[in-house]
Amino acid sequence: MDLHEHEARDLFAAHGVPVPAGSVATTADQARAAATAIGGAVVVKAQVKTGGRGKAGGVRFAATPDEAAAAATAVLGMDIKGHTVHKVLVTAAGRIAEEYYFSFLLDRAGRTFLAMASAEGGVEIEEIAATKPSALVKVPVDATVGVDLAKAAEIVAAAGLPAEAAPVVAALWEVFVAEDATLVEVNPLARTESGDVLALDGKVALDDNASFRHPAHAAFADEHAGDPLERRAHAKGLNYVKLDGEVGVIGNGAGLVMSTLDVVARAGAELGRSGPANFLDIGGGASAQVMADGLEIILGDPGVRSVFVNVFGGITACDAVADGIVRALDVLGDRAHKPIVVRLDGNNVEEGRRILKAADNPLVTLADTMDGAARTAASLAARGA
Amino acid sequence: MAIFLDEGSRVVVQGMTGSEGTKHTRRMLAAGTTVVGGVNARKAGQVVDFDGRSLPVFGDVAEAMAETGADVSVLFVPPRFAKDAVVEAVDAGIGMAVVITEGIPVHDTAAFWAHAVASGRTRIVGPNCPGVISPGKANAGIIPADITKPGRIGLVSKSGTLTYQLMHELRDFGFSTCVGIGGDPIVGTTHIDAIAAFEEDPETELIVMIGEIGGDAEERAAEFVRDNVSKPVVGYVAGFTAPEGRTMGHAGAIVSGSSGTAAAKQEALEAAGIRVGRTPGETAGLARAILGA
Repeated sequence: MDLHEHEARDLFAAHGVPVPAGSVATTADQARAAATAIGGAVVVKAQVKTGGRGKAGGVRFAATPDEAAAAATAVLGMDIKGHTVHKVLVTAAGRIAEEYYFSFLLDRAGRTFLAMASAEGGVEIEEIAATKPSALVKVPVDATVGVDLAKAAEIVAAAGLPAEAAPVVAALWEVFVAEDATLVEVNPLARTESGDVLALDGKVALDDNASFRHPAHAAFADEHAGDPLERRAHAKGLNYVKLDGEVGVIGNGAGLVMSTLDVVARAGAELGRSGPANFLDIGGGASAQVMADGLEIILGDPGVRSVFVNVFGGITACDAVADGIVRALDVLGDRAHKPIVVRLDGNNVEEGRRILKAADNPLVTLADTMDGAARTAASLAARGA
Repeated sequence: MAIFLDEGSRVVVQGMTGSEGTKHTRRMLAAGTTVVGGVNARKAGQVVDFDGRSLPVFGDVAEAMAETGADVSVLFVPPRFAKDAVVEAVDAGIGMAVVITEGIPVHDTAAFWAHAVASGRTRIVGPNCPGVISPGKANAGIIPADITKPGRIGLVSKSGTLTYQLMHELRDFGFSTCVGIGGDPIVGTTHIDAIAAFEEDPETELIVMIGEIGGDAEERAAEFVRDNVSKPVVGYVAGFTAPEGRTMGHAGAIVSGSSGTAAAKQEALEAAGIRVGRTPGETAGLARAILGA
């Protein structure tokens, strides 16, 4: 889960990372009040989970509270790369002497953590990495040892950051570990003219797998994020991602479903049509209820013209999956009204196919292979158009 | 021959008394695996019956190894206890720990991986993986044993169901060993580890590697194949349609910016001389053509 800047800032503050004074506003009046409370010049920043806010005009300097209110009026409601701005962060605009880049992240290849630091902050890190790779220092962190003040001082020195940054780096490691983050990024990390080192912006990604030990993280769930269908699917515990094609996809296992999307996209392209409407992995169990929930979500997508159910019965038996489909269609009744192509293989496949044939639902077409099923689903979608 | 697991492997199951552990211990036994017992500190001393076969429950992995000669552990331990369970297995000096558990915090995986590396004794497979099967010999995990038979193909994959799909498509040839390495951002055994072992395994004539979006494990495996592998390798990559920034089911399956895309992986594999199928069916066809049938 990616956090908003202001949420990252709150976590930073909670773990002793210095941040500028500031508060969140959802209206111009709140922004004016925030600027008044801070005193002096402020920056009004759009809170959206995407890069390039500054270029899009979502970050504005304001010398007075009235200017802050005007800036908030301009920024609130803005669309930045498809993200609507619902709130702004108003922070003190201090006098900055230097800007740096710092992050802790997961190093998949090294199977450990990595500290990345650069004395050239303030610009996109991808840009530093591309144009001046020598300015970006990467230091592996042993997961069993971590980063204490001495290690922080070593990282800071290697990157050419001032020694004052070391305690901030140690505190950022605290954020990374204590919050089960997969990314803690500060860009820019700034040294003020008075010599303080502050996190002026922050990006944090939290590990959803660790939510069981962080009940407080539930508050970060974004009520505005994602598609309404995704929110409904997640409320039912379904692993669903909305896409923009016309063939709804249900399958078991993340890899098989990803592969199904590809096969459907290819079959659609051959007909000059769009591809898959969604990713939906119903997992190993594939009970009738899960199948019904999944079908209901998919059929609730107005863009869906046909559905492809692709199951390989490994641990799941195909007869149980077939039962699930039949019962799901019973439960859905008239709400199920789009053609459904079913491809079953593996454990108990004969019985599974027999059950579907016996049910003789006119919506259901049985297919033998994944590639053939995808072509059938794509052509049914085209016919329904 | 096979890799990582064979008829001589003696398997202990951490979490054997839980519902998943019980179900899959029964299946592993049915597949002919020598399962020698379970581990659960709270149920130590109990005996569990599996269709007439009694398996003892030990208090810890060290005791299980001392009593039974176990050299492989399969873990069905819930996520919050998984790190301690793997560390316990590593400290006991087990040869291989197969971590089936899905949903382990990545900080925990990083910690037990670092611990295993420091020990220098334990191969970790997973986490969030279906395990390892050497058909006809032994099954350590949840891969269905009845899909196929012993044979000449070695398979390594991030995805469980795609493993089953390819095993099914190529069931007439059979497999030496299938290794499900798991879909998490950090996994113990990699594509490269399995491919290197298949290259050395006289029983394996062809290697199938299945990848998916996220990270650069496939690209690194491609380089390894180009420089070190003489056997034919056939590849498949899932996730061409995945939008950037969205996690597709597996915690590690995410395209960030231009990195981790399926297209980049396919390109790297093909540049290394690996034949890449565009669908699982096409991939099986490529393998079939090479093996001649």
